[in-house]
Amino acid sequence: MSLETWLPALIVLSSLLPGLIIFMLREDDHRLRTSLNLLGALVKLLLVGMMIWGVFHERVFETRWTLAPGLDLVLHADALSMLFVTLSTALWLVTTVYAIGYLENAPNRSRFFGFFSLCVTATVGLALAGNLFTFVIFYEMLTLATYPLVAHKGTPEAVRGARIYLAYTLAGGMLLLVGAVWLRTLAGPLEFAQGGILGNIDGLNPTTLSWIFLLLIVGLGVKAALVPLHGWLPQAMVAPAPVSALLHAVAVVKAGAFGIVRVVYDVYGVEFADSLNLLAPLGAVAAVTIIYGSVRALSQDHLKKRLAYSTVSQVSYIALGTAIAGPLATIGGMVHLVHQGLMKITLFFAAGNYAETLGIHKVSEMDGVGRRMPGTTLAFTIGALGMIGIPPVAGFVSKWYLGLGAVAAGSAAWVMPVLIASSLLNAAYFLPILYRAWFREPTREWPASPGHSGRLETHAFLLWPPVITAALALAAGLFAAAPYSPLEWTQIIAAREYRE
Amino acid sequence: MNSLPVWPIMLPLGAALLAVIWPRRSAWIGIAASLATLTAVGLLMAQVASRGTLVHALGGWEPGLGIALRADALAVALLLMSSLVALAAGWYATGYFRDANRQSQFWPVWLLMLAALHAMLLSADLFNIYVTLELLGLSAVALAALGGGRAAIEAALRYLTVGLLGSLAFLAGVAVMYTRYGTLDMLALAALIEPGPASWLALSLMTAGLLVKSALFPLHFWLPPAHANAPAPVSAALSALVVKAAVYLMMRLWLDLFAPILGPASAWLLGLLGAAAVLWGSWSALRAQRLKLLAAYSTVAQLGYLFIFFPLLAALPPGPARDTAFGALVLMALTHGFAKSALFLAAGMIQQHAGHDRIEELGGTARALPVTTFTFALAGVALIGLPPSGAFLAKWQLLSSAIALGQWLWVPVVAAGSLMAAAYVFRVLGFAFGPSNGVMQKLADGREGLPALLLAIVATAVLGLGAAAVWHFVAPGALLTEAQR
Repeated sequence: MSLETWLPALIVLSSLLPGLIIFMLREDDHRLRTSLNLLGALVKLLLVGMMIWGVFHERVFETRWTLAPGLDLVLHADALSMLFVTLSTALWLVTTVYAIGYLENAPNRSRFFGFFSLCVTATVGLALAGNLFTFVIFYEMLTLATYPLVAHKGTPEAVRGARIYLAYTLAGGMLLLVGAVWLRTLAGPLEFAQGGILGNIDGLNPTTLSWIFLLLIVGLGVKAALVPLHGWLPQAMVAPAPVSALLHAVAVVKAGAFGIVRVVYDVYGVEFADSLNLLAPLGAVAAVTIIYGSVRALSQDHLKKRLAYSTVSQVSYIALGTAIAGPLATIGGMVHLVHQGLMKITLFFAAGNYAETLGIHKVSEMDGVGRRMPGTTLAFTIGALGMIGIPPVAGFVSKWYLGLGAVAAGSAAWVMPVLIASSLLNAAYFLPILYRAWFREPTREWPASPGHSGRLETHAFLLWPPVITAALALAAGLFAAAPYSPLEWTQIIAAREYRE
Repeated sequence: MNSLPVWPIMLPLGAALLAVIWPRRSAWIGIAASLATLTAVGLLMAQVASRGTLVHALGGWEPGLGIALRADALAVALLLMSSLVALAAGWYATGYFRDANRQSQFWPVWLLMLAALHAMLLSADLFNIYVTLELLGLSAVALAALGGGRAAIEAALRYLTVGLLGSLAFLAGVAVMYTRYGTLDMLALAALIEPGPASWLALSLMTAGLLVKSALFPLHFWLPPAHANAPAPVSAALSALVVKAAVYLMMRLWLDLFAPILGPASAWLLGLLGAAAVLWGSWSALRAQRLKLLAAYSTVAQLGYLFIFFPLLAALPPGPARDTAFGALVLMALTHGFAKSALFLAAGMIQQHAGHDRIEELGGTARALPVTTFTFALAGVALIGLPPSGAFLAKWQLLSSAIALGQWLWVPVVAAGSLMAAAYVFRVLGFAFGPSNGVMQKLADGREGLPALLLAIVATAVLGLGAAAVWHFVAPGALLTEAQR
């Protein structure tokens, strides 16, 4: 019983236990609830820091618990899981601060923060999952923990959005389950390994493997919002802003994308998957999703809906990078897992601030908002420019590596047009917002904002999170070449996946 | 210590008599007896875990003449579930029946039912099984009628008729067995049993009786009204324990006593009926207008899963793969027992506070009864078969066996059943989370929600994370046929 066997479990427990305690708190126990939330988030960050240090020094962290004959719950730290764990942990801390400010005086906060913690627990669990069985467990738990958050407001639209979300994700989860069980009967315990495991097993039928791949990718594609499985995502934006932020940047959508990465790289092995001709269809779906999401975003006047369609588009960069099959594209796709998270969470925080402080929900109401809320709007601007892919914001780095990877893999002919079209479309739906916010005159009186002293443009707990995440997005681009940057970390992963 | 198997029967039986004599103290007697029974079962379990199957002949008479009790791992696992569920449901009942008169009507029959159930689980002899089955059926009917009201009485009468027909068929099968083999002791029968018309006839008759009692589609028609109209703690026990008793006997006959002479083909019929039960039960639950009716139809569906295991187990040769599938079957039955009793108790809470259980009028429940809503959701997770419940692991192994054996038919059935279960559970939760229509304004949750919550936690977390212990305990040496080898 050493630190190596306990640390992964502790990281999962550091949000599970506060969550369970919070459920039992009385509604007006505001101070204790806030302390527990922040304490859990900080402890988790500390533990993750220890683990990164350990993984860097090639120590092996693994928690193993037998659930059934031949089925182990495995939490295992490798370079890829650390990428996602670090992202979720850091953004959980920021989002918790934001949510505390956002939900001040709202009803049912114990329920909200309880499920909020469970949601992060499930995300971190699936990031640390060491085999496909464990991944499926946390993937389904994530679905369950998110449902009450989407339905939180209790309005008919919220309940409807949550129902649609659930119908999509549970059906997808079922396909994933069948695929995982099927593969388990053929290929043994399915412990994730860099370079893949199926290529080393003899006597597997390629046709069967292709069918299983289809089941797994469709199951994961629902959460990753691949077209035509994306229908739930725009509906789920009825959730409170911190939930949308978490949903789009770290938890649900990313869980699907992360699962695709795991299945392609660490179960099938990217070279083996390519030899089965499985990656080209995945790339085609990703390309269609990128363009389709952007086109739909153009026509949305509702700000959160526009951002939701933007997520549909942007998350597929990860699948695209996976499908191109080449180390450079792998770097581009994986690093976008982090970069898109930082930028999108900034945008949703900002959208939440506009709605909370000024009652702005639509793009057409945003004229002149930059002068009223300069901090929030600056953060929004950085996020939006990053999404378009303008240097030096992080999004540029992702696109640069995706482009390089496409050229190196000889698929530039179809990837480059997709990337260019997507950038143009992103510009077409983000730049008008920026123009309105900064250069148009306000069309109406701003309402007196309730609940803060007036020195800041809004509640401090609402203002700082987007500013911090925007700064991180900028830093991830500016210092991409520095040690410990997301880019450097993905370069290590790519080198191991391709066994160079 | 060899008399240990007697106590889980004698304690509730004695308490039932005390409760008749001393009606004012019946609730105290009942709770004390339930606790004592649970302790006895715990001790028995420790003995079985360390020393293997225990056999006890009442009064020292040889098996074949006297009454023999046999506690093997399967029986003890179910005993533990039944004593835990009975304790929680009984605890809940102390608050549910508000006037002392109802309490004193409830407890003697309740304890009698528990004694009959435990005696059936521990019987080593087909005739004693018939007697206890009859006792169990009669006490269950009496409990179901406690709801009062026309619907409850009608349902109970139908339950009585069907139950008697079932027992009669079972008794006829037992008679055929006695004529052919000259003994009814199961251990002796396991050594003698051979293929032949008499064996087939006996098995068919006993199976027909048990299928009626276990409400396998299309013989399920009596279950939903009986379970939905009974008082909540009774519904919990009927759905979680009483129908499970008939399934337990099916397991004894098909997977144990008759297993060596059965080909895989006949078990397919049970599997197909089980599949139909999963689909029809889930569909009916989805369309149910009342919460307790939903829970009752859900039982029809969940029992179907248990029967899907039969063709899989029949096709698997003895060995680790069969042990794993058998353990999954037991885990599924246990998880359903805890989850369904929690669901019925939660439904009872909602019904008492709202004054009705019409699903579409349950708006605001999540706010007024947060603990009960949480209990309902947890139990629902186990019924759908999502992680971390025990049913998830059982379903994983069910799918795994089906795929490995090439019995692909069960895969879409399980998938469709699970998705429909999700639909009916979240349909309720959708209304519960929705806006209140003014029925329940004030926060009404109290300690009375605790028993249901604990049951739901057992189904969803304890049986999930501790499932390896179930496999370890149940799989090897659980059966008569193992003892023979």
